[in-house]
Amino acid sequence: MSFLSFASAFLSEYGELLTQGVIDTMVMTAASTLLAYVLGLPAGVLLITSAKTGIRPNAAVHAVLSGIVNLVRSVPFIILLVALIPFTRLIVGTSLGVPGAVVPLVITAAPFVARVVEQSLAEVDGSLIEAAQSFGASSLQIIFKVLLTESLPSLIRGAALTFVTLFGFSAMAGTVGAGGLGDIAIRYGYQRYQYDVMTVAVILCIILVQVVQSVGDASAKAIDHHTK
Amino acid sequence: MIQIEHLHKSYPGADGSASREVLHNISLTIESGEVFGILGSSGAGKSTLVRCINLLEPLSSGRLLIDGRDVTHVRGRELAQLRTGIGMIFQNFSLFQQRTILQNVTFPLEIVPRSERLSRAEREERARYLLDLVGLAGFEKRYPSQLSGGQQQRVAIARALANKPSIMLCDEATSALDTTTTVQILELLHKINKELGVTLVLITHSLSVARNICDRVAMIDGGRIVELGETEELFENPQSDILRTLIANANHHAHGTGASAAAPSAAASTLTAEQAVK
Repeated sequence: MSFLSFASAFLSEYGELLTQGVIDTMVMTAASTLLAYVLGLPAGVLLITSAKTGIRPNAAVHAVLSGIVNLVRSVPFIILLVALIPFTRLIVGTSLGVPGAVVPLVITAAPFVARVVEQSLAEVDGSLIEAAQSFGASSLQIIFKVLLTESLPSLIRGAALTFVTLFGFSAMAGTVGAGGLGDIAIRYGYQRYQYDVMTVAVILCIILVQVVQSVGDASAKAIDHHTK
Repeated sequence: MIQIEHLHKSYPGADGSASREVLHNISLTIESGEVFGILGSSGAGKSTLVRCINLLEPLSSGRLLIDGRDVTHVRGRELAQLRTGIGMIFQNFSLFQQRTILQNVTFPLEIVPRSERLSRAEREERARYLLDLVGLAGFEKRYPSQLSGGQQQRVAIARALANKPSIMLCDEATSALDTTTTVQILELLHKINKELGVTLVLITHSLSVARNICDRVAMIDGGRIVELGETEELFENPQSDILRTLIANANHHAHGTGASAAAPSAAASTLTAEQAVK
């Protein structure tokens, strides 16, 4: 009884805050995952196709792209977040809130996505590419009809991985006032010693990550016809 | 007709070391409608040679003529067109795992230029016809991983035939299959050659496969042609030490007295030509 009354009091006090936190976190993470793929997917494809053993080897393109990817990936997110503030203002007009967080999240995630995509595409059996070539397929047809199609289950697993990684990063974005569960946990738990709020925020994070990962795994499994 | 003239193929060595020659001065003429075998042990260069015919491997020097036309240097759209007329099947089948059997067979039909492309319904109709031809009617909605090796190779054969090629290249098409399945696949290839008039170029390391199905055979060793002729003649009267040794070994195994490495091909060599083509 006392627990229930505590819970109802807690919810009436923080329910709205936490709901908004869940929404902010999900919007921020989903939007940045999506936009990171807009940049990272073509980059990953280009990394594979321009490689020495790729369908269109191009050492210069590969070296430049790989260099950029490594460069951006080697900057710690928390530094990137601050360093990008002027750029973020330029792009979305503010460095605060969800829009302010999405820009640095996308910048940091795009090279990560490029590597994840590269790895998925690298798993495609080279003999399938050769078979497609033997039927006269063009490079574009090989990319869309062989590489991306055959690696789709792996690409979906990669997207779930990216989402979960960005979920963690989005908490750091809380430090620039991005909002979301991470922000709540830090502000209430770390700065005001309200451990109950922090604990609930962390539990919500755990649940969300579990749900996203399970959905990712299940959909990858559902569409994979390789081993059935 | 496929004419290969003074073909050389070498790969650049790693980091400036001397290049490695894998094919040396190969000249061959493969007539339309024949079953031509390229025999050789692994590493002999036969895989590279067959890949020169559809230019998956560009020639280092020499000429390639298909039906009298010099195609040595075709590129882009012309190369795609050339390949459309040459089907190919592989040792490990190389089927698209995420496509159904029907979608595997329609693949070559989907990639031809838009102006020549059949409608979806027509593509599927053609694929159904081909699946029926290779004895896999009713398998349309399954996926490659649900099929046996022999069935997968049948799908690959149907796929290779999709664009009505005049030539089909078979790269160790039966090497991953057991003896019984090998015989069935050879029967199917024989039927395709006879009924559709498709020229077959068949690479194999197995004497029995070469003997069972090929009209003529070239034997490659160390990147050079060491034997070339009518199959029966060649096996009756081998000119090279390597073929003589192989035939002697095969006979040894066939009589059940041998027990060494080449067991699968030796077992297959006990099958007669009649069994294989009926």
